[in-house]
Amino acid sequence: MSRVIFPLIVVLVLIAIPILGVKVAGLHLLFGVVIPYVAFAIFILGFIWRVIYWAQSPVPFRIPTTAGQQRSLPWFKQSRWDNPFTTGEVIVRMALEVLCFRSLFRNKRIDFRQLPDGTPILRYSPTKWLWAFALLFHWSFLIILIRHIRLATVPIPGPIEFLDHLDAIFEIGLPQLYLTDLTILAGLLFLLCRRLFIPQLRYISLPADYFPLFLIISIVCSGMLMRYFLRTDIVGVKELVMGLVSFHPHAPVKDIGTIFFVHIFLVSCLFAYFPFSKLMHMGGVFLSPTRNLANNSRYKRHINPWNYPVKTHPYEEYEEEFREFMKQAGIPVEKE
Amino acid sequence: MAAKTPKPQELLQIDHRPPREWWMDRKVVFKPGTWCYAGRPENVKALDLPFPREWSPDEEDWKLPDNWKEIVLETFRDRLHKFRSLKVFMDICVRCGACADKCHYFIGSGDPKNMPVLRAELLRSIYRGEFTKAGQILGRLAGGRKLTYDVIKEWFYYFFQCTECRRCSVFCPYGIDTAEITMIARELLLEIGININWIMGPVANSFRTGNHMGLLPHTFKDNIEFLCEDIYDITGIKIEPTFNRKGAEILFITPSADVFAEPGIYTCMGYLLLFHYLDLDYTWSTYASEGGNFGLFTSHEMMKRLNAKMYAEAKRLGVKWILGGECGHMWRVIHQYMNTLNGPADFLEVPVSPITGTRFEHAKATKMIHILEFISDLIYHDKLNLDPSRNDHLVVTHHDSCNPVRAMGFIQEPRHVIKSVCNNFYEMPENTIYAETFCCGSGAGLNTDEFMEMRMRGGLPRANAVDYVHKKYGVNRMTAICAIDRAVLPTLMNYWVPGVSISGVCELVGNALVMPGEKPRDIDLRQEPLVRPTAEMPSEDESDV
Repeated sequence: MSRVIFPLIVVLVLIAIPILGVKVAGLHLLFGVVIPYVAFAIFILGFIWRVIYWAQSPVPFRIPTTAGQQRSLPWFKQSRWDNPFTTGEVIVRMALEVLCFRSLFRNKRIDFRQLPDGTPILRYSPTKWLWAFALLFHWSFLIILIRHIRLATVPIPGPIEFLDHLDAIFEIGLPQLYLTDLTILAGLLFLLCRRLFIPQLRYISLPADYFPLFLIISIVCSGMLMRYFLRTDIVGVKELVMGLVSFHPHAPVKDIGTIFFVHIFLVSCLFAYFPFSKLMHMGGVFLSPTRNLANNSRYKRHINPWNYPVKTHPYEEYEEEFREFMKQAGIPVEKE
Repeated sequence: MAAKTPKPQELLQIDHRPPREWWMDRKVVFKPGTWCYAGRPENVKALDLPFPREWSPDEEDWKLPDNWKEIVLETFRDRLHKFRSLKVFMDICVRCGACADKCHYFIGSGDPKNMPVLRAELLRSIYRGEFTKAGQILGRLAGGRKLTYDVIKEWFYYFFQCTECRRCSVFCPYGIDTAEITMIARELLLEIGININWIMGPVANSFRTGNHMGLLPHTFKDNIEFLCEDIYDITGIKIEPTFNRKGAEILFITPSADVFAEPGIYTCMGYLLLFHYLDLDYTWSTYASEGGNFGLFTSHEMMKRLNAKMYAEAKRLGVKWILGGECGHMWRVIHQYMNTLNGPADFLEVPVSPITGTRFEHAKATKMIHILEFISDLIYHDKLNLDPSRNDHLVVTHHDSCNPVRAMGFIQEPRHVIKSVCNNFYEMPENTIYAETFCCGSGAGLNTDEFMEMRMRGGLPRANAVDYVHKKYGVNRMTAICAIDRAVLPTLMNYWVPGVSISGVCELVGNALVMPGEKPRDIDLRQEPLVRPTAEMPSEDESDV
């Protein structure tokens, strides 16, 4: 249980810190400027460091997982996206993987039962829940992130404005309700609930699996509180953010609202945590050798940079040991 | 001796719900039937591998070297440095659980550490606990733990309960490949003298004699000549294959089990008939007399040491290209590793079929093609006189072997050939074939008798799919293009689905191929009558469903 409680407590503490820091200690500059800068720097440098760390190790062998027909003879139709042969086909495979979660789409559930006479029955049925909600969560997150650009630009670029309108297309309430606010919450709650309530999932889950969920849920909630309920000074927020992105930061206005500091602090935590966590699957998926390589190793030689000579058992030694047997059996030999 | 294998009904008491105690708290219990015997010191010594000694996994003391911990951590660091796959797979798993119920061992045993995600976490937890700051400081809260003696035992138990079949990798959103993790974990264990004899034995044999069975050159030749005598009895055709012949156009290499053991020998008779029919200018080699490569299950280095024989022999004999028989992991090695490890094969030519003139462009670098690619081309160009009705006594299904499918994409080739040589072919349910095929449960060097309980558990998903077509269509023969399959599936079928026999695809080709000058064929290559036995119709089996 501590695997759930511990990360929950950490997130609660993280929420308390800016409240105390801003309300009690009045550290507006620290929470509004310094911490966001530091967190963002950690994110960028950490991300680059992690990718370089991965890239420092070579890919010695060409080991794609082939999930469809290979390219061999012309009368067999190659599964180009599941078994790519060219770089172009690999790019499509990767795009489908990254944008549509193609592998997750394949997910099947097992159904194991026994007939009254004891005969075992194993059946597999497609299950799309994880795929659907994972997709919902990730796309919502991306759209929300892009939408936030409006706080950091003057004038707001057309596409961002358009996305913003699209997201609030139902024009419910004032300020208008963003669809992605609901969908990201739905995605997050689904992902959390399956971890909590599916026994196998709970068994494999680590604190590091719950922590990002709690953290992002808190971020979403603080954002929604700020927009729909507690109403912050949006002009003050925009001024602050503009200052940050133009590298002319200034101390935030005092009455900007504590909830804003909670939000930006939690976001800072997420950014700073990102490069050192499983969230790096975002970068790692591009480097996965079972997905990002073409299955053409018989067509083109793949080079292993550390391929070293090994001790083999050469033919000469073999013949030396078995020459008499070979001669008697009429098998040709090198030395008579 | 090996433990008595439980009856199917006992074995079916499978609970997929995890136990109360968390996995990091649970110690491995070495129950007979679920682990393999340790490598014999003489085999380990013959290969110059570290720490040959007498030891047994079920004993308390594994007689590890004093500095085992340093060796393991040092090797772990080295492999992280050498394999980007390992680094990335250690870092990016989100434990979404999509892989959990994809492993045949988990399905058949319910043991949570057979979920691919936990199998990998066995290694990842040490990676975090020993190599990352968070894991060193926070320990379990950061998902880390220290490397202990018990962890080594756990690694041994579970990394020799993985057949490196890659099924989980198909479903993983990041393509995390447990086969890769298991291969490297086994390398870590190998460095402190932990290995199993069912792998060490064949590897030592293969290194010295050229094949897993340890057949000496004259015996290897004798065995094939015995098969030729059987062929003569069945067909009246006299075949005289050549061995180690310089100047042949093609070198043919197949798993030695095809030469030696039932039912592989019937597949081998298929090869021999076909080559004779085509009057192919080819030779066998007694030196490179093994297609399989248990080095793959030992270490990348050992894979290279054994695989080196193929190109070396092709060069010595001066052949133009290499033709490979039906084998699973052999083809993973050839397709994904051989040219990288032991190439470039610039002394060979791009494979060209001497009969059809087809240039096998897709194999132009490795210069080795699969016998079914070769036969499919012959059939496509109508070069074979086939009588599929000579397989009418068989109702056939096809088992996609893990490696050819998931490490190559070899799906339609066997089907094209099978459908051309027999009239009754039925697919198993769709989630159990093609890229989602289930392992035989005995791959990656685990096809040994003392491991029987786990083999039967791991083979359950495959067997259950066979059971479906057996009852529905009366399937009585399953083809498999893998020598391990041919060795282990008969046992699996006897256990779960009696009444289904196993063969390679080329056995069916051998049955159907109308040889010029043959005598009337009334028996198949197994010397069984060519009439469809009515007793094997499905009615009986279905009566109680």
